[in-house]
Amino acid sequence: MTNEQKMIVQAASEIAQDFQPDYWRKKDKNHEYPVDFWKTLVEAGFVGIVIPEEYGGSEMGMFEMMLAMETLTSESCGLAGMWFLCLTSVFGGLSIVKHGNDQQKEKYLPQIAKGMEFCLALTEPDAGTNTLNTQTAAVRSGDEFVINGRKTFISGADRAKGMLLVTRTTPLEETSKRTFGLSLFLVDLPNPAVEVNPIEKHGINYSKTCDVFITDLKVPKENILGVEEKGWHLVLDTLNPERMSFSAAAGGIGLLAIRTAVDYANQRKVFGVPIGTHQAIQFPLAEAKAKIEAARLLNYQASWLYDKGQPCGAKANMAKVIAVEAGIQGVYHSMQTLGGYGYAVEYDIERWWREVNVIRLAPVTHQMALAFIGEHVLGLPKSY
Amino acid sequence: MDVIVCVKHVPETAEAEIKIDATEKSIEKSGLVFDINEWDDYALEEAVQIKEKHGGTVTAITIGPEDADSTLRKCLARGADNAIRLTDPKFEGSDSYAIAKILHKAVKDLPFNILLTGALAGDDGYTATGPILATLLGISHVTMVKKIGLNGDLVKVNRELEGGLEEQVEVKLPAVLTIQTGINEPRYVSIMGIRKAMQKEIKVLGLAEIGLGENEVGEAGSWIRIKKMYVPPVEKQAEFLDGNPEEVAGKIADIIKARGLV
Ligand SMILES: Cc1cc2nc3c(=O)[nH]c(=O)nc-3n(C[C@H](O)[C@H](O)[C@H](O)COP(=O)(O)OP(=O)(O)OC[C@H]3O[C@@H](n4cnc5c(N)ncnc54)[C@H](O)[C@@H]3O)c2cc1C
Repeated sequence: MTNEQKMIVQAASEIAQDFQPDYWRKKDKNHEYPVDFWKTLVEAGFVGIVIPEEYGGSEMGMFEMMLAMETLTSESCGLAGMWFLCLTSVFGGLSIVKHGNDQQKEKYLPQIAKGMEFCLALTEPDAGTNTLNTQTAAVRSGDEFVINGRKTFISGADRAKGMLLVTRTTPLEETSKRTFGLSLFLVDLPNPAVEVNPIEKHGINYSKTCDVFITDLKVPKENILGVEEKGWHLVLDTLNPERMSFSAAAGGIGLLAIRTAVDYANQRKVFGVPIGTHQAIQFPLAEAKAKIEAARLLNYQASWLYDKGQPCGAKANMAKVIAVEAGIQGVYHSMQTLGGYGYAVEYDIERWWREVNVIRLAPVTHQMALAFIGEHVLGLPKSY
Repeated sequence: MDVIVCVKHVPETAEAEIKIDATEKSIEKSGLVFDINEWDDYALEEAVQIKEKHGGTVTAITIGPEDADSTLRKCLARGADNAIRLTDPKFEGSDSYAIAKILHKAVKDLPFNILLTGALAGDDGYTATGPILATLLGISHVTMVKKIGLNGDLVKVNRELEGGLEEQVEVKLPAVLTIQTGINEPRYVSIMGIRKAMQKEIKVLGLAEIGLGENEVGEAGSWIRIKKMYVPPVEKQAEFLDGNPEEVAGKIADIIKARGLV
């Protein structure tokens, strides 16, 4: 790491010290948005890491963003250390940095650096993992588009002032190639044509994930991000760093749980010696730790490729597959280490368990990540 | 209002396991995490706030090897304009007096209105560097500062005393103020700050450049020499009294009487 990168880790670490697990326990329990945490990230410039200096950011890359996410996550914040940065800086910031035109950059990037929240509306109830089957339709009408459709599981849509919306401008049946015909829109929220209903969920209760109903939403054609009809290829530049973010969180949560378990196992005596003396306690934690560290390296590679503008999908998906398994293993065995206390809210492991498990399902399911590796890395037939 | 702030790069020992090294004059430093001395952290914040309110510059100065650059970079990232590192193998073993002499040479020709140091350093805890430096500079100093109010070439300063008391004093500038923790809320290092810090240069000066002789620094130039550092042996001073409550109460009464406490 360069001195600059070391300083980012240190800066993130100092913030993490002020947002300890008890803070997140309360936020999760009370379903309360962490206003002061977000404000801190904005003021300390973390939201602007990937935004060019001319737009009020620090013009660094996904690698630096991941260092920040990993540190915040693993030192105390759990999933929240990644989540809010991903929603705004990756979904909003990075997407516009990569594919926005000058007007869009001027309009959004300085605002994002100052904390304007964003969300990504990709998933649909009837398309699910099959993004190409997107039904939300954007129909041209003069200089604008009229959009109708339904999105689901849209995190942060309740608060966001900007939404990256994935639509079809040409229905699947009418395209020559399945990957054509998708277009991305930048939509300003709130908007009366966009109805947002939170979905009650298992964890991450300090942030809402929502159903989104879009009815006759009128958007000027200038709001198309990148090239019309080419949205599929463009959105990959958002989905890959999203994967990296979630991998960073999986490892981070695993490390956080393991550290908690190690502290506990060094103290807790049951049959005369600290329980950490037993290999049945030690080995699973050691194994998870080793795997998390390996996943981190692969994820660093992925982000490094991304920052260099090189293909990173293979590494990003492989990192995600091992990071989530290792992270889950870490939290699982940490819970086991704490015995009954692992199940008690006060010891935080149960919350991290609820958090880490989402990474099997989102942003891409475990199966679909494996399907990607099977097809694109190994060269096996497409399985889905 | 130009401010100089003297900062020290110290090991974080609050939660670490401390071992005495082979020289028996210091602790084993490998494996320890170093950072800006806690009191200096507040001094730096105070310096930056003074600059933000009254204009001027902030110069951070440290004495130490290359590793100490990370503390200076942190100062730059938090708003210092200049950074100077004074370094020489001969500085090893310097006491507060020798350290003050080194700092004195480095700052005496720099323009400044206020010079801030931490009230103490978390590693050796002498609390002397600031006052000695002020004496060498021939200017006033105030220790344990909890509040600073600038007013022309005067500064009104609140000092922390024991028992929750504070004392307000007024001194003429330039002056040395040694800063107590809690005087402000140090800001986080920002990413933009880090960017800026990396573009700034840290000026490095050695013994010859600051114009001191070998005998004026290190052990040779010090008034205090560390003879030995050790972990105090654990002694048992507590006495456990056995018996039922009445017996124990009787024994306590005997002890109190025997020692003439009542
Ligand atoms: C908390 C949370 C937050 C989210 N936030 C967002 C967000 O901000 N924005 C957004 O757009 N989306 C978001 N999502 C949606 C998430 O990306 C999707 O849930 C995910 O992509 C899976 O889609 P699905 O739920 O429709 O599953 P489905 O596609 O219905 O899949 C169900 C199961 O079947 C498996 N499966 C399906 N087809 C195959 C196949 N061919 N081979 C093997 N297995 C298969 C899947 O892997 C999965 O296990 C979020 C989800 C959650 C839970």
